[in-house]
Parts: sequence; C-alpha cells; structure tokens
Amino acid sequence: MHELSVAQALVEQLDAIVRERHADAAISFRVRIGPLSGVMPELLTSAFSLAAAGSAVEQAAMELVQAPVRVRCQTCGAETEAAMNRLLCGACGDWHTQLISGDELILESVELQMPETAAQ
Amino acid sequence: MCTVCGCGTGEEAVHSHDGHAAPGYRPVAGGALHFGLGPAGAHVGGMSQDRLVQVERDILGKNNGYAERNRKLLAGHDVLALNLVSSPGSGKTTLLTHTIERMRDELPIAVIEGDQQTSFDADRIRATGAPAIQINTGKGCHLDAHMVGHALEQLPPLDHGLLLIENVGNLVCPAAFDLGEAHKVAILSVTEGEDKPLKYPDMFHAASLMLLNKIDLLPHVRFDVEQCIEYARRVNPAIEVILLSAQSGEGMEAWLDWIRRERQARAVRQRALRHVSGHSRTGDQAA
Ligand SMILES: Nc1nc2c(ncn2[C@@H]2O[C@H](COP(=O)(O)OP(=O)(O)OP(=O)(O)O)[C@@H](O)[C@H]2O)c(=O)[nH]1
Ligand SMILES: [Mg+2]
Ligand SMILES: [Zn+2]
Ligand SMILES: [Zn+2]
Repeated sequence: MHELSVAQALVEQLDAIVRERHADAAISFRVRIGPLSGVMPELLTSAFSLAAAGSAVEQAAMELVQAPVRVRCQTCGAETEAAMNRLLCGACGDWHTQLISGDELILESVELQMPETAAQ
Repeated sequence: MCTVCGCGTGEEAVHSHDGHAAPGYRPVAGGALHFGLGPAGAHVGGMSQDRLVQVERDILGKNNGYAERNRKLLAGHDVLALNLVSSPGSGKTTLLTHTIERMRDELPIAVIEGDQQTSFDADRIRATGAPAIQINTGKGCHLDAHMVGHALEQLPPLDHGLLLIENVGNLVCPAAFDLGEAHKVAILSVTEGEDKPLKYPDMFHAASLMLLNKIDLLPHVRFDVEQCIEYARRVNPAIEVILLSAQSGEGMEAWLDWIRRERQARAVRQRALRHVSGHSRTGDQAA
C-alpha cells in the first residue's frame, strides 16, 4: 500500500506544476512505470483518487505507460529487452547484465487548464 | 527548526508536514517518532484553455532528495548505512542484536527501527547497549528518507561507524524508497520458500546482498538453496548471497566480513573522491 505514498508524491508534484505555471488545474497527465519500480499500476490508480481528493488535480485523468525492462550485457555489450524476473542478455544469454530501464517511476507530462486570458 | 528538511521554514506549499509524501511527524516521549497522521487538501481552480507540458520528473524525487541528503551526511561522518528489508519475522532484529554483540568492540553501531507499531524491536536493540531510534510508521508500510533524516538527528554521533536500519517487515513496499543507505540487504529465511525472489523481484533487484537466514532449520523444511540463489540471480545478476543462522551463529562471520569489506571499499572510494575534488567537504555540520 505504499502506492498511497507514491500517489501523494505525485499529487504534490502535479500541484506544484499547476502552481508554477499559473494554471487552474491539471486535466490529464502521463506516468511511466517500470515493472521493477515496486509500484502496481492498478493500485496507483486507486490510490491517486484518494490522494487527489480536494486538490487542483482531483479531476485529472491518469495515463499509465509501462516502461520496458532493458538490460545492457557486460559480456557482449548488447542492449536488449528482458523479462522482469529473468534479466538475461537477449543476444548471448549471459546473465552478467545491468538494468538500463525498467525501474523508473516518472511523471512524463501534464496537460494543464490555463485561466481565461483577461482580454479587454 | 528542522535541519534535515527545513520544515517549518515557510515553504509550506512545497513541503507540508501535514500530509503528502512526507506525512506529519511528531516526536514522542521515549525517543519514538510517529508518522502517518492523515492527508491534507489544497486549492481548486476554474476552467479554460489547455496546455501540455513535458516534465519528465521522478515521482519519488522528493524522497530521493532527502535520501541524497542523508547519504551526504552519513558520508561526511564516514558511516556505512545498511537498509535491512524482509518479510515480517525473517529474523532482522535477531540478526541485528547478534551483529552488535559481535562487532561493538570494533566500531560504533546505531540502529533505526521501523515498525508500524510498538517499540519492542528498539528495546531489544537497546538491551545490547547500542543506541536505537524507533520510528513508528502507523499505517505506513515502509520507511522513507524523510523519517530517517529526522531519526538521524536524534542519534548520537556515529563517526566511522555502522548504521543499521531495520525497515518495516514487508517484501514489497520498502523496495521503492531510497533512505540514503549504501546498500539494501534482503533477508530471506528458509521457512519462507525459495520462490520469494521471483515473487518479489523488485525487492531482490534492489538489494545488493541476500542473507539466507535460519539455515539451522534446513533439515526440517523443504527449501532448495541452489534454486533460491538461481532465482535471486535471475532478477539481480549481481546479488551476493550469504547463508547464516542468526540464532546458532553459523555463517555470521561471513556477514561480518561483508560489512568489514564494504567499510573498506567505502573508505577507498571516499579517499579517491576527496583526491579528485581536491579538498574535502567534511559533510553537513547539522548532525
Ligand atoms: N531457528 C531460527 N530462528 C530464528 C533465527 N533468526 C530469528 N529467528 C526467530 O524468528 C522469529 C522472528 O525473529 P525477529 O528477529 O523478531 O524477526 P524480524 O524480521 O525482526 O521480525 P519483524 O520485525 O516483526 O518483521 C523469532 O522467534 C526469532 O527467534 C534463526 O537463525 N534460526
Ligand atoms: Mg524486527
Ligand atoms: Zn505498501
Ligand atoms: Zn550478451
């Protein structure tokens, strides 16, 4: 249930962006989650509605994108995709690999609702 | 007011202690810190034209900021910090008390204990004579770097020492939260089954070392040690593994040697860093 803490951090960041840009609210936003980030997408979605209640981002729709698990092989140097519970090199099969993507938890973009420009 | 995170300095909008990622904390008599005191609200806006902004921000950026602060502070005092993670009851506190008993003549040791409730574990540590701060997370299922920063403020100086952080017993949630430690150490007891590294890959991926504990029970349970290690390597090719029994003491020397090796490796890295940067920064004065 640490997804609630993650959701609260997310709300806080969105809130800060709304303020920084002098927007009225956030309409939608996009989050990129790696399978090894320790966060369950479904849980994050439900935690977000709890965390966002009463805030300027309450109405914002969350779009989740899964980041692929990618490894760099220390033996052959190839960068390949891997399964989250089998971090083998896709080229030579060696297990001396380093994770290059798959544990991230990133707020990619936000769609803001800007105030009516005070024409006239 | 708060030297770790600067709370109470008027940047309330950026960092409010009454909710959000860093929940309200209040120091409590007996040296325990209590977190998890309910969320807070904010303001609402109107309606109009839209704008898309690319931000690419780390969602746990704030926690990571606190973690970096803790890490700098610890490095400034030459402290090796280990974050011990496991499911409930795998033997973290037992391991800590025995580690302290065997190492306390060698270097100063302090402990930060994370539990949802009670200060039983901190009491067990204090019984060894080592200083311990209990953090109660309330409903929170993990420690975060902000809590640890406040606990650090309450610990006596620990120069050239070892800080052992016992996280909340939970194989899921603590994986995502950097506390500023040098390494996460995952403890798995042989009564839990060898498939755990595959079931909880995030945690075993995040750990540098896996301690297979309670090996005194191996004759009584079905647990395939080789298979377990193979599973752990699937999710973390670089993970180191030590078999031990915190109770019988078997394998404890290997664990202590691992700590000694890490301390030496750190000292070498620190010297190299200082060499590169010309002059040393002796870390934050606030301790
Ligand atoms: N047989 C055996 N029992 C052990 C060993 N290490 C710990 N235990 C027992 O396991 C139980 C749990 O130990 P703790 O040290 O409290 O475990 P913990 O991980 O700190 O538990 P939480 O803090 O509640 O998550 C206790 O009954 C210990 O005596 C061991 O090496 N062998
Ligand atoms: Mg314990
Ligand atoms: Zn959790
Ligand atoms: Zn390869």
